[in-house]
Amino acid sequence: MELALAPETLARWQFGITTVYHFLFVPLTISLAALTAGLQTAWVRTEKEKYLKATKFWGKLFLINIAMGVVTGIVQEFQFGMNWSDYSRFVGDIFGAPLAFEALIAFFFESTFIGLWIFGWDKLPKKIHLACIWMVSIGTVLSAYFILAANSWMQHPVGYRINEERGRAELTDFWLVLTQNTALTQFFHTITAAFLVGGAFMVGIAAFHLARKKHIPVMRTSLRLGLITLIIAGLGTAISGDLLGKVMFKQQPMKMAAAEALWDGEAPAPFSVFAYGDVEEGHNKVAIEIPGLLSFLANDDFSSFVPGINDVNKAEQEKYGPGDYRPNIPVAYWSFRWMIGFGMASVAVGVLGLWLTRKKFLLPARLRTGEDEVPHLVLYKKPLSPRFAKWYWMLALWTMCFPLIATSWGWIFTEMGRQPWVVYGVLRTQDAVSPGVSQGEVLTSMIGFTLLYAVLAVIEVRLLVKYVKAGPPELTESDLNPPTKIGGDDKNADRPMAFSY
Amino acid sequence: MNLHDLWFVLIAVLWIGYFFLEGFDFGIGVLTKLLARDRTEKRVLINTIGPVWDGNEVWLLSAVGATFAAFPEWYATLLSGFYLPILLIVGCLIVRGVAFEYRHKRPEDRWQTNWEHAIFWTSLTIAFLWGVAFANIVRGVKIDSAMEYTGTLADLVNVYSLLGGLVTLTLFTFHGAVFASLKTVGDIRDRARQLATRLGAVTAVLVLVFLIWTQTMRGDGTSLAAMAVAVLALVGALGANLAGREGWSFALSGITIAAAFAMLFLALFPNVMPSSLDEAWNLTVTNAASSPYTLKLMTWCAAIATPVVLLYQGWTYWVFRKRIGTQHIADSH
Repeated sequence: MELALAPETLARWQFGITTVYHFLFVPLTISLAALTAGLQTAWVRTEKEKYLKATKFWGKLFLINIAMGVVTGIVQEFQFGMNWSDYSRFVGDIFGAPLAFEALIAFFFESTFIGLWIFGWDKLPKKIHLACIWMVSIGTVLSAYFILAANSWMQHPVGYRINEERGRAELTDFWLVLTQNTALTQFFHTITAAFLVGGAFMVGIAAFHLARKKHIPVMRTSLRLGLITLIIAGLGTAISGDLLGKVMFKQQPMKMAAAEALWDGEAPAPFSVFAYGDVEEGHNKVAIEIPGLLSFLANDDFSSFVPGINDVNKAEQEKYGPGDYRPNIPVAYWSFRWMIGFGMASVAVGVLGLWLTRKKFLLPARLRTGEDEVPHLVLYKKPLSPRFAKWYWMLALWTMCFPLIATSWGWIFTEMGRQPWVVYGVLRTQDAVSPGVSQGEVLTSMIGFTLLYAVLAVIEVRLLVKYVKAGPPELTESDLNPPTKIGGDDKNADRPMAFSY
Repeated sequence: MNLHDLWFVLIAVLWIGYFFLEGFDFGIGVLTKLLARDRTEKRVLINTIGPVWDGNEVWLLSAVGATFAAFPEWYATLLSGFYLPILLIVGCLIVRGVAFEYRHKRPEDRWQTNWEHAIFWTSLTIAFLWGVAFANIVRGVKIDSAMEYTGTLADLVNVYSLLGGLVTLTLFTFHGAVFASLKTVGDIRDRARQLATRLGAVTAVLVLVFLIWTQTMRGDGTSLAAMAVAVLALVGALGANLAGREGWSFALSGITIAAAFAMLFLALFPNVMPSSLDEAWNLTVTNAASSPYTLKLMTWCAAIATPVVLLYQGWTYWVFRKRIGTQHIADSH
């Protein structure tokens, strides 16, 4: 019991809870910003009302979500100092820089232009208002880049030296930190995964309305946009995941051996589909494997040698001194599988959806809307039975959760697979916690954040459900006649604001 | 000028920017109970800061992020040492941000009332706690030879720090009242001016006592000069408010905040967090700083990014420069 409540354990739980929670909102924010910007661009270019309605609808869901993303991000910046002060002292010289860059370059951008976008509908000319949402989108991506560069440095420290006198790591090459392959592949993987989340979100909600035959023009556009996003992002996630895996096999062999529950090195090494192992004894009792696949994933050929957990543990003991260098093997093993499984499942739903809605079918005359032909799956009996259609819409709705589950497990894998290191090969997690912070204090903050986050989750989800069900708004006079000058047109000086808190 | 001295100045600038900007939006939060008579007036107040509060808050994130990068020891000692107050501030920042965004998203009376309470209490709490925190930093806390804070929560509660809390609370509320009179029209504008006069008188007394106390404790010539600027600007802000010069009054109340915090930073220098146990254990701009390479990198980043940030944030204020009143608030929620 005492061990379970050690400040280090509590601080790790707090970091895990707050980070996974924060990362539910981040990918959705990144992708919805870009998708909303895309829809608004379509409106500015074509002046079709369905695009404006779609922009307003997805924009509103985006705002509900980004509010949570921003406030939970604040916690991240503070908790390094609060719970991990020895970490902060040791790596601040390196780790602090990308964080400061994020605030100065990306976060200011995002936060300022989001205000302009929300309140700017009747204050800014159409094109300038459009530019604002693009700025927000660029800000979110830049933000992700700096944070991932910082995290990548913890996975694979480069461009630094240890200053013995000051007892800390010091930066020697910032460019290397920003451009090392770990950072670039992790960025590529995270951004594509973010679009997986956004694509699935759009598909699910569009499916919800289409199943009820409501808001058809807007939701048809959204469905197709979501499906295409889902598939392109799925492809990108797979490619980047493969690249990232190869990088990790070289840089963190223990993490990948643990992900495979590969106890002893093999050549060729098989990919494990299912394994039930015994951590103490170091062997698997049950294992279903695909021969040679792991060798391919690691080294691009089907017969090469891949070191196992025991090999790496021995090598690390020789390098870093006695100790146990194994992470929690079951967590690493299963989180890796949940990540891939749920990610792939969501792409499969996307491919199926795109195929099912692939061409225009005969529509009853009353439902024809010119360019806005409805996917036949929704409305017409042939060739698919309505029961199948209903089944697909239900599946599509549930798919909204799949990439979120995948990204959460992805982070759990990335962070827990690195243990016992907080900075791989440089600083152990046990040496990173705040020595002066008491168990009671960490417990207070862990319980505090968990409760607050739980309450906010309920509020957030209920708000999302309410706004999803309400569907796209009806357009008003002022929506269709945006101002022609910055600050708003004078003749409308006393008109109520288009948007107000 | 040394790079670490320069970064001490830049971090002071980031904090001052933060308190200048978010100062008035904390003030507006407090005024939703002191000034607004009904929900529509509350909404007028909230909407005066609607497009800008989020951008204002990033000044804090920049200040903290820059402290992490430029003075990691300061960042580590401060945040782990002031654990519970910081936790409360962060919790309030979370609730406050969500409250602005979600209050209007449901029509139910109870929903909106709850978020309005949240806006008031979180704005008040954060405004107060920053003063407590900075007063403690300047006064010095129990820091040992390993740069660890060894005191307890009770050590952070003392007359000087509580006075510091009251100073920031009243000063920000005054700044907010002046901002409200600058940004609104109609009845609420007149009442904002009257309230600013009364608040200003209380603020002036508290600020004067606190700054003199600080000066006698840690001051030197430069901090005295900053103190003089703060006091003169506050008198000027009050006068301009009485004369109905709202723009001037706002600029001067902002200068009061800037000069008062500049004074605190000047009183600190060259320490960043003095130890009350032994002067040899003070955290200073040299022993808390990052390596010259990191500081140089950060300097380039700040030199390029800061003017751009000021430009587009300034533009935001210009886009939303028009005053708003009850007629601009739609009835729907």
